[in-house]
Amino acid sequence: MTSPAPGWFTGRLTRAHLLTAYARSLTFSVPGWPGHEAGQHVDVRLTAPDGYQAVRSYSIASAGPGEEIELAIDRLPDGEVSPFLVDDLELGDTVELRGPLGGWFVWRPELTQPVQLIAGGSGVVPLVAMTRAHAQAGSRVPMQLLYSLRMPDDAWYREELSRPSATARITWHYTRTVPPGWSRSAGRLTAEDLERETLPPEGKPLIYICGPTGFVETVSHALTTLGHAPDTIRTERFGGT
Amino acid sequence: MAIFEGRRRGDNPELPPGQHLTESFPVLSAGPTPSIETADWEFFIHTETGQAHRWNWDQFIALPSEDITVDIHCVTSWSKLGTSWKGVSLDTLFAEVETSSDFVMAHSYGGYTTNLALEEVLDGRAWIAYEYDGGELEPEHGGPARLLVPHLYFWKSAKWVRGLVMQDEDNPGFWEQYGYNMHGDPWQEERYS
Repeated sequence: MTSPAPGWFTGRLTRAHLLTAYARSLTFSVPGWPGHEAGQHVDVRLTAPDGYQAVRSYSIASAGPGEEIELAIDRLPDGEVSPFLVDDLELGDTVELRGPLGGWFVWRPELTQPVQLIAGGSGVVPLVAMTRAHAQAGSRVPMQLLYSLRMPDDAWYREELSRPSATARITWHYTRTVPPGWSRSAGRLTAEDLERETLPPEGKPLIYICGPTGFVETVSHALTTLGHAPDTIRTERFGGT
Repeated sequence: MAIFEGRRRGDNPELPPGQHLTESFPVLSAGPTPSIETADWEFFIHTETGQAHRWNWDQFIALPSEDITVDIHCVTSWSKLGTSWKGVSLDTLFAEVETSSDFVMAHSYGGYTTNLALEEVLDGRAWIAYEYDGGELEPEHGGPARLLVPHLYFWKSAKWVRGLVMQDEDNPGFWEQYGYNMHGDPWQEERYS
């Protein structure tokens, strides 16, 4: 690939590993990348030999300065782009990247409110970036993550998120299958779960929710019912309804 | 080296550059879905002279409505073709409004805003829609009523719209302040500023 089109960067795949059987972490070296904030996303453009192009947006998992960005991508069964990125893209291959994009669903270390992150499935990616930014900045603001998944094997970044040195406290929630000896049975997050496992409204936490539309709708509605002000809740959704 | 082939869908002349088709109806919102009862609902147009035009729900749905079938294009690159809506044309709502301002700021319940040129929302190009696909407009899709400006990227079609404020200058709305294009024409691929 030659020099990128205006507004686009060339990203070369330098590291990759599987996160689960269906998801892959891809780290690109992006000369000229201006840096990004935790929670931002990027457009990825692929070009076929005959000039056909496809563009998709993905959240950035990495945080901090530098000319590397890490994406974490779920292979969608009917996807056009994600199966290629998860199954086919090889080290040294290049893609075009445009960004960073989005300035609302971001966490900055200078924010002083306690932070509650709530992830549904692959919606954890921008929230992982926030936990990384939190750790890198040495922030003393309380941050915790509630991560809802179907089953234990679906967890992305489990080791990193569970590490004793992690600065954000993590709570796992399983909707389909729980690990042996788990105290709660599998099921969707309820208002009672949220009341027990998230920061209370009295502390006026900033709340970031990312996941499928139904998940975000249910969780954000339950949180406003628990007394969180709507303007303290930032959401990012994906998928159809 | 891996070669991307892509999924050939043929050249679809209805699809703007960089867009792909979806059969579903994705939701993108910056915060929780506000819950608005039609009994409490109101729509206003405020002009630069301080004049206010107001409609409550009953007055609003008594206005002449139109059935609208349009393609919609989201900046996140999905497009949905042939969506059907029912709503009131902004031409109808602006019939009695006198203004010399060239721009409007749409305001939504929940605090969302988006800026538009007045000429972009007149002449049969924009509506306040209150039905989708033959049923009432669901809250997560902007109900009870949303702006519908299908010739621009869909963030301009403000969900939960509550009013329009005339402005002399094209001040940026919510996403426009976060780097999205002031205009947002999908055919020109005006995604970002």
